[in-house]
Amino acid sequence: MHVGNYLGLVHGSEQHLVDALKKVAEHHGDEPDIEETCRLLASWSEKHLEHLGLLVQKYGESKNLEPANMEKALFHGPQKGSLALLRDLHDLWLLANEVQLCWTVLEQAAQALRDDELERVCQECGRETKRQIAFFLTRIKQAAPQALVVA
Amino acid sequence: MTSETRDSINDIWGERTPHGAGQAWPARVDERVSETPERWVRGACVLCSNGCGLDIGVKDGRIVGVRGLASDMTNKGRLGPKGLHGWEANNSGDRLVRPLVRRDGQLREASWDEAMSLIVRKSQELVEEHTSGAVGFYTSGQLFLEEYYTLAVIGKAGLGTPHMDGNTRLCTATAAAALKESFGSDGQPGSYEDLDVTDCVMHVGHNVASQQTVLWTRILDRLAGPNPPKIIVIDPRRTFTAEQATVHLAPKVGTNVAVLNGLLHLIIQAGKTDPAFLQAHTVGYENLNRVVEKYTPEYVEELSGVPAADLRAAGEILANTKTLVSTVLQGVYQSMQATAAAVQVNNIHLIRGLIGKPGSGILQMNGQPTAQNTRETGADGDLPGFRNWGNPEHIGQLAKLWNVPFNKIPHWSPPTHAMQIWRYCEQGSIKMLWISATNPAVSLPDLGRIRRILQKEDLFVIVQDAFLTETARYADVVLPAAIWGEKTGTFTNVSRTVHISCKAVEPPGEARSDLDIFLDYARRMDFRDQDGQPLVKWHDPESAFEAWKECTRGRPCDYTGLTYEKLLAGSGIPWPVNEGHPDGTVRLYTDFVFPTHADDAETYGQDFDTGASVTPEEYKANDPQGRALIKATDYREPHEVPDEDYPLWLTTGRQVYHFHTRTKTGRSSALNAAAPDAFVQLSPEDAARYGIKEGDWVLVESRRGLVIERARLGNTEPGLVFIPWHYGSWDDPSRPRAANELTLTEWDPVSKQPHFKYAAVRISRYAADALPTPGLLGRAVEVARHLVSGEKERTSFASESGVPQPKTTQRVDG
Ligand code: SF4
Repeated sequence: MHVGNYLGLVHGSEQHLVDALKKVAEHHGDEPDIEETCRLLASWSEKHLEHLGLLVQKYGESKNLEPANMEKALFHGPQKGSLALLRDLHDLWLLANEVQLCWTVLEQAAQALRDDELERVCQECGRETKRQIAFFLTRIKQAAPQALVVA
Repeated sequence: MTSETRDSINDIWGERTPHGAGQAWPARVDERVSETPERWVRGACVLCSNGCGLDIGVKDGRIVGVRGLASDMTNKGRLGPKGLHGWEANNSGDRLVRPLVRRDGQLREASWDEAMSLIVRKSQELVEEHTSGAVGFYTSGQLFLEEYYTLAVIGKAGLGTPHMDGNTRLCTATAAAALKESFGSDGQPGSYEDLDVTDCVMHVGHNVASQQTVLWTRILDRLAGPNPPKIIVIDPRRTFTAEQATVHLAPKVGTNVAVLNGLLHLIIQAGKTDPAFLQAHTVGYENLNRVVEKYTPEYVEELSGVPAADLRAAGEILANTKTLVSTVLQGVYQSMQATAAAVQVNNIHLIRGLIGKPGSGILQMNGQPTAQNTRETGADGDLPGFRNWGNPEHIGQLAKLWNVPFNKIPHWSPPTHAMQIWRYCEQGSIKMLWISATNPAVSLPDLGRIRRILQKEDLFVIVQDAFLTETARYADVVLPAAIWGEKTGTFTNVSRTVHISCKAVEPPGEARSDLDIFLDYARRMDFRDQDGQPLVKWHDPESAFEAWKECTRGRPCDYTGLTYEKLLAGSGIPWPVNEGHPDGTVRLYTDFVFPTHADDAETYGQDFDTGASVTPEEYKANDPQGRALIKATDYREPHEVPDEDYPLWLTTGRQVYHFHTRTKTGRSSALNAAAPDAFVQLSPEDAARYGIKEGDWVLVESRRGLVIERARLGNTEPGLVFIPWHYGSWDDPSRPRAANELTLTEWDPVSKQPHFKYAAVRISRYAADALPTPGLLGRAVEVARHLVSGEKERTSFASESGVPQPKTTQRVDG
């Protein structure tokens, strides 16, 4: 039974995503949509962490280091300007995809375990993670031409 | 010798001509002339989005008055105070008559050739060095269709820049977004005629009595006749419109979604949905049902402050009415969750099946008269003819029509919205901004920021206008433009009705029509198609109109059956007008088939909370194939809420006597006298708390700026203050007074319309014995001085000292 392993992984990744979203919101206060939306998306991931609490009680959790390796320039690189914004969104997209994959893996396990509650949580959280990813992608597509070609 | 059929300043809506449901709205011809005209020229009013038909009176080459057009379906001869008086601005002595070019820091007169050569040289340099992504256009809600279309072709197929938008982003973007999200395409489902038969009218965030006075007379005439409709008004202020309501709901600003979800909840609870309609013609009802379940009247009261009993009363009417017309405007569009809230109004109609039938229509209103045309032509960034930027087929149609390479047309992401254009200017990647017929230095949020952007050394600003506006003062080149009455063109009102408005007089001095200016630019830039022919193949309004018709063929806004001749023969005609509908189309979706099929849809949709685009693949996987989309959403709190430092809500809006930044209405003597200045409207409770009396000067501050206004007490809830927007500095540079000094740089995730309707502010009595000296520094010093010196007796600014008092009612804050 390795569900605890993935619970640890998704826990770490969601926490990482929360921290990253808050950082990006802070760094890009001059981009009002980025600031507000990232704060909103962080609140979603925080809610996911609450759901996780209950599951961890049930299945236990093993700590996982992977999410920490996901970070790129996010916490170190340049923080202002259009290219920096693009890179930050890029990293958020990668982080969120990590989360998304975890939810998918766990949902598969939930089905095999016939654990309806776990399945429901995975679906609900996974849906929101998808919306996070969709936002990053939309915004990346918008920002890329101006940042790479014109600015 | 002015002769007028009524004193419209004091009698805003004029005499009643009552009519009952189903009877024709009687004609009543309003007229005001300063001299007897030698001739009358066909026009239509461009001072609000109602678009009333009129004739322009001319004598000795000057406009001397207007007369309502009795045959016009929009107004049946009526005109409101703005229509009857606004034309005076054309004759104003301070019109721009020669181009101006900045030299050594000063705007100096130049020839057209000098000004245009400079613009062309600058454009070419920038495109060469940075691509066309360095050039942006910021247009208006006041040009004509022919001008917008020409601009759209220049921008999209000539330069190929994605940066085109304009002031319509501030007024009408949410209307377009909400229609697209629900029905697949822009275009109002209903029409003004629905008001003549309906049993119920709901106005959401729409003070129609003040904004569209003639449309309101149409409703007043129903109210005065047999079987009057019930009226539901949702607005935090007690406006002229609210005074006539059967039920007035006054929610806290920013809580529209909570209230509308509550109404949907009540209709569903009452078992009054239309299951057959939902089943056959919509998708998404189950999710809506799930989302609105928790919005009980008690919960809604908690969120919005609307008493549960009032919500129940409104819900009862909506659940039982046989027909319903809903109108929506800035109270929704410029507030939190704008598109989400506007869509909930559509949902009320969809769950009750009240659409596409006489008496049941939705009017997602426009703030500006020709805003609909920017949406149709793509001068606001959308693609011409309601095409979908995410659909390669649609891009291909345009590439073929214009005979340009597919890749020339920017379509890699949604068009850059206005607020983002300004951000790119701020960051320096847009280096040339061409502003036509609008005044962002007064109309955009957070004006301090906008002034800093306009002043940037590395931003080349072109302003094309009739007057030296607050914005034009920052320009590098100012182009003098002809306005309404001095040029010919067409435009479309909220009822989809197309009007022609003709040139009655010559523009002053060397002023030129916006169309001629754009055509000149295209010629000088030598934009060509793939065969080496000039890209822009038209040369005057009528040929531009003919070109536009081809662009609309087969699209929802099909103009192919219209001609100038036809428009001149009768009055306005609602699109689509084509072979199938030679006389136009009063009401859309009478067959309940909506343009939501993946091949037709103007958008694949967006996430209401984030604005994330739905991908074509996702959309096609659940293709609604002609069914309307019901999209639900939960309420979210505004981002800036009152706190200890800024304990009050500010909301902003228009008054009956002024339009946009008062560039024109401020130059009509009667309109100006009726509403000469901004003010801050306070509840008596708040006034008492801060020791403020009627007529006192009040300092209003937000995190972004400050204004000084006189106090007006009453007709607003405690905790909420109101300032009429768009009072700039051109006629009073003595103090900061534009409401937008205070507003937020923030926008709706879907429509990208800025949030003007809420901000946290604090107020204090401004105990000055003199107004601050002009200039920002002077103001800051003065304000600081008065704040430090504390209570000094105010001397001469009280209402008793000749502050113009409202004449029509107790107030002019409608
Ligand atoms: S209602 Fe609007 S369009 Fe009609 S006269 Fe008044 S301002 Fe003009």
